[in-house]
Amino acid sequence: MQRIGVFVCWCGSNIAATVDVEAVADALSKEPGVVFATNYQYMCSKSGQDMIREKIKELGLTGVVICSCSPRMHEATFRKTCESAGLNPYMVEIANIREQVSWVHKDKAVGTEKAIILGRAAIAKVQLNTPLIAGQTPVTKRALVIGGGIAGIQTALDIADAGFPVDIVEKNPTIGGKMAQLDKTFPTLDCAACILTPKMVDAGQNENIRILSYSEIEDVKGYIGNFDVKIRRKARYVDEEKCTGCGTCMEKCPMKKVPNEFNMGLDNRTAIYIPFAQAVPKVATIDANYCLKLNTGKCGICSKVCLADAVDYEQKDEILEEKYGAIVVATGFNPISLEKFDEFAYSQSPDVVSSLEFERLMNAAGPTGGTLLRPSDKTHPHTIVFVQCVGSRCDASAEKGKEYCSKICCMYTAKHAMLTREKYPDTEVYVFYIDVRTPGKGFDEFYRRAVEQYNVHYIKGMVGKVVPEGGKLKVQASDLLDNRQIHIDADMVVLAAAIEPDKSARPLATKLTASMDTNDFFTEAHPKLRPVESPTAGIFLSGTCQGPKDIPETVAQAGAAASKVISLLVKDNLVGNPCVAKPDELMCNGCSSCEKVCPYGAITYEDKPFRGPNRTTLIRRVAVVNPAVCQGCGACTVACPSGAMDLLGFSNRQIMAEVDAICK
Amino acid sequence: MQAVIKKKAIELLESGTVNRVLGWKAGEFFYDLTPAVFTTPEQIEKDFVYSVFSGANMSKYLIDESKKEGKVAAFIKPCDGYSFVQLQKEHRIVRENIYAVGLACDGMCDMREIREAGIKGVTSVEEDGETLKIGTIYGEKTMAKKDALLERCVHCKSKKVVDCDEMIGENGEENRDCGRFDEVEKLEAMSPDERFAFWRSQLSRCIRCNACREVCPACSCVKCVFDNPNSGIAQKAAASDFEENNFHIIRAFHVAGRCTDCGECSRVCPEHIPLHLLNRKFIKDMNELYGFYQAGADFESKPPVMNYTTGDAEPSIVYARGGDK
Amino acid sequence: MQVDKNWTPTIVAFCCNWCSYAGADLSGNNRLSYPANVKIIRIPCSCRLNPMFILRAFQRGADGVILCGCHPGDCHYTTGNYYARRRMTLLFSMLDYLGIEKERTRVEWVSAAEGAKFAATMNEFVEAVTALGENKRLEDFRCKQ
Repeated sequence: MQRIGVFVCWCGSNIAATVDVEAVADALSKEPGVVFATNYQYMCSKSGQDMIREKIKELGLTGVVICSCSPRMHEATFRKTCESAGLNPYMVEIANIREQVSWVHKDKAVGTEKAIILGRAAIAKVQLNTPLIAGQTPVTKRALVIGGGIAGIQTALDIADAGFPVDIVEKNPTIGGKMAQLDKTFPTLDCAACILTPKMVDAGQNENIRILSYSEIEDVKGYIGNFDVKIRRKARYVDEEKCTGCGTCMEKCPMKKVPNEFNMGLDNRTAIYIPFAQAVPKVATIDANYCLKLNTGKCGICSKVCLADAVDYEQKDEILEEKYGAIVVATGFNPISLEKFDEFAYSQSPDVVSSLEFERLMNAAGPTGGTLLRPSDKTHPHTIVFVQCVGSRCDASAEKGKEYCSKICCMYTAKHAMLTREKYPDTEVYVFYIDVRTPGKGFDEFYRRAVEQYNVHYIKGMVGKVVPEGGKLKVQASDLLDNRQIHIDADMVVLAAAIEPDKSARPLATKLTASMDTNDFFTEAHPKLRPVESPTAGIFLSGTCQGPKDIPETVAQAGAAASKVISLLVKDNLVGNPCVAKPDELMCNGCSSCEKVCPYGAITYEDKPFRGPNRTTLIRRVAVVNPAVCQGCGACTVACPSGAMDLLGFSNRQIMAEVDAICK
Repeated sequence: MQAVIKKKAIELLESGTVNRVLGWKAGEFFYDLTPAVFTTPEQIEKDFVYSVFSGANMSKYLIDESKKEGKVAAFIKPCDGYSFVQLQKEHRIVRENIYAVGLACDGMCDMREIREAGIKGVTSVEEDGETLKIGTIYGEKTMAKKDALLERCVHCKSKKVVDCDEMIGENGEENRDCGRFDEVEKLEAMSPDERFAFWRSQLSRCIRCNACREVCPACSCVKCVFDNPNSGIAQKAAASDFEENNFHIIRAFHVAGRCTDCGECSRVCPEHIPLHLLNRKFIKDMNELYGFYQAGADFESKPPVMNYTTGDAEPSIVYARGGDK
Repeated sequence: MQVDKNWTPTIVAFCCNWCSYAGADLSGNNRLSYPANVKIIRIPCSCRLNPMFILRAFQRGADGVILCGCHPGDCHYTTGNYYARRRMTLLFSMLDYLGIEKERTRVEWVSAAEGAKFAATMNEFVEAVTALGENKRLEDFRCKQ
């Protein structure tokens, strides 16, 4: 039997004016287990708290009920008070007689009666409370960043700057991501490479950062503070330590017809390659799909010309096992495939390009050396049509494209149009749009400059069809404001393709037990208040893997994710919430019902030996909850048919005791 | 059929594929066949029975049998098959220890139906095509087999054995249009008062013998909440109307999404309470609200109660549905 | 049915800690009154509500039970209320199927900002349950005083 003390607060006149606090204390003093009940003007005041402490010690109280304001207000206060008097803080329950009684019921008799009932419910609950001790788990002071685009780089730099080691795992041979492919950036028009490559170099040289390029996540186990990650280091057939990045191998490689993915396949590269001049790490990689030596056994030229003796045709994939305290997902985006949008003749004419291809065509380091030429005949285009929202804001029933707005297309299309007009004033530029969305610092001004200063023709309406004919692209479109059909003979058509999360994100989310929305963007722990955390503790989100973003937003989110990681890694131990799910293994069926509804992946299963009849041993599969991962929602407790799963602090019996007390 | 099955059982034992066979043998009466484990060909020759009364679902027995030494052969009818797969999904049975022989089935019979047809003093029932030849102490009688079928066979939802190592007979197909929700719909169309009266007249007969629970493959908890004094709702016998309702509501809820609608609960109820109508209500609701779902039809899907979509119906849909006429 | 004029229903309101309990607090802060028959039990999340608790409340003499949780999509635990929504839909449908008045059970999503909605919901729910009269169909005579 508990020895319970009941403390009824007046809250000045806030409670006492409409609740007879004396009568409440008096009535509750008669409840079973209650050894002391009193009322006081301000329980939360120093003297009120002193009284509670004194009574705990004097009467040896094992449980405390405070009838006062909402537990959301002072539960933590009173728990601390009791803890300082030697009582387990989870032996305290609050009956909310202010927000739920005195402030909403004006009749004193009614209020007093309800206050007594709420007090009884709290007493009934405390009767079944057990001391709970929050678990502590040590933190591995090291972070993993998955993805080496601008988001991953920025996050890694910020974490490294705080003194913690970081690994960047990048599936491509170099970090840099999509930003490395861009020409200029809106709205300031500074060159992407000029602002990105110094960061790449910083990341490459930072002693706290290790770049694991050409690598993928194989497996993730563990939980916040203690992740065990297996990383597949794909064979690049070049020893990273030895390669100097001199490029001789690329000059001599006879296999020169490999589509260059960095230039969106608009030109070719060699089978052994460094993706671009500023690659980090600047190390060659052999493309096993095209290498003659690897495929036919004949050739081996790169090995012969390599002065560093770095080429190793025998190299195999390696699995690296590492421990991390926190994981940041920065897997980024890709433009969608335009196959399903054949009305724009993307697959019929090389002069219909995606915006990212156009970006390469404008780039000084691109396939045309920065001169805008039509891919088909390498001539100057004089009329260019830009089509916005290709695959964005589509109808859910359309079976192609995405429902969401890709967010960045309006601005980069304005940029493309403006840059074209600036470099080639003789070129007519048309932009077809549904809406022009320019919320952002300096964004609308930028768009207006495109229209007003550069005379870009913005036309509200969608392009219906593009037909390649006689070296031209016949564009049929509608002008919704003028309500007329337009026909344009264009030299080039540029499609602002929707962006979608990288394909690697979905399998990665499964490995991380991090949740995703239906579009495969990672879900944040709270859409407003915890935008850079995944609901799975210890997993953080950086950049477009969480939703479409431009560069400044990505960098801001990357920094925010880094600061969350840092505030986790500075801790030596994590103190958990002790109100977590707890399975009774004697009753557990091992049926996996609980696991299916756990949003955190906190539940695993173990085969455990149990005593069977006639001194036999039975092996049974039973659920195990990791208290460091469980957040205490209780979804599992209801999914469990046998009632083996219960929630500490809100147990089945505690809640039923409250129900009984209220309904009596 | 019995001869073929017996032959297969003996063959499996003799070849050493298995060391035990799970089958049926006669109980107190020839028509109350009960599951039994056979270890020798002689036992099988002597006691193994497969007849129109072999309705008992074998899958639940595999929870224990599959954990014993060696392999066990099990004969799986289509409706047993769904429970068999569901229990595998729930990690309750060790599949490697089972040699599953699927049986094509065209329905099992219910002695109650034969009696209700006015046939008394039954001493034997033989299947002869579409007809049952019934021996009685008053001489031989006949009855159409379709009139003697178990309720679940009248509305047979599937003739497909989802998972087995080999089939005896041809594997069949699902039949979603089997009319198994007709009775539920009739109840839904009643007024709340009529429904209440109906269920009181049924559930008040419950003697809490727990037969429905013991036979149910989904009710295979190591310890049932109703037997667990720490659960706060343990009950031995239904002492009030409330407890009758409570037991059956909670039982149906606990098996919702896991119940394969094998109909064993109703088959074994000594009070003939149509318990399947509770389970089918949940199944029907889940089908209508969340899309068709058959527990045990596959190895991957999540039961609807352990799943969601962001656009699910609100609970208030209940006010709009149902027969409040 | 003959309703005793002095009779008032007993209502149990299960509120999730993060949204609805805070919403109830807010209706207190704003002094928005609702009948004293409503007694709140705090649970961490609407998905913590076991159907057993609802039946238990009716057994012990409750006349109405309401569950309040975060709006779908706003759950503190991301998915809890989605599970609660399915479970309660199915449970309520089953109660209705057994002929138990469906107006006795309800789910409302109340955010921490919706103090007014909390009070209005409770007023309305108490009114609806009062109109139904005492819970007879799920009571337990042994629990009557």
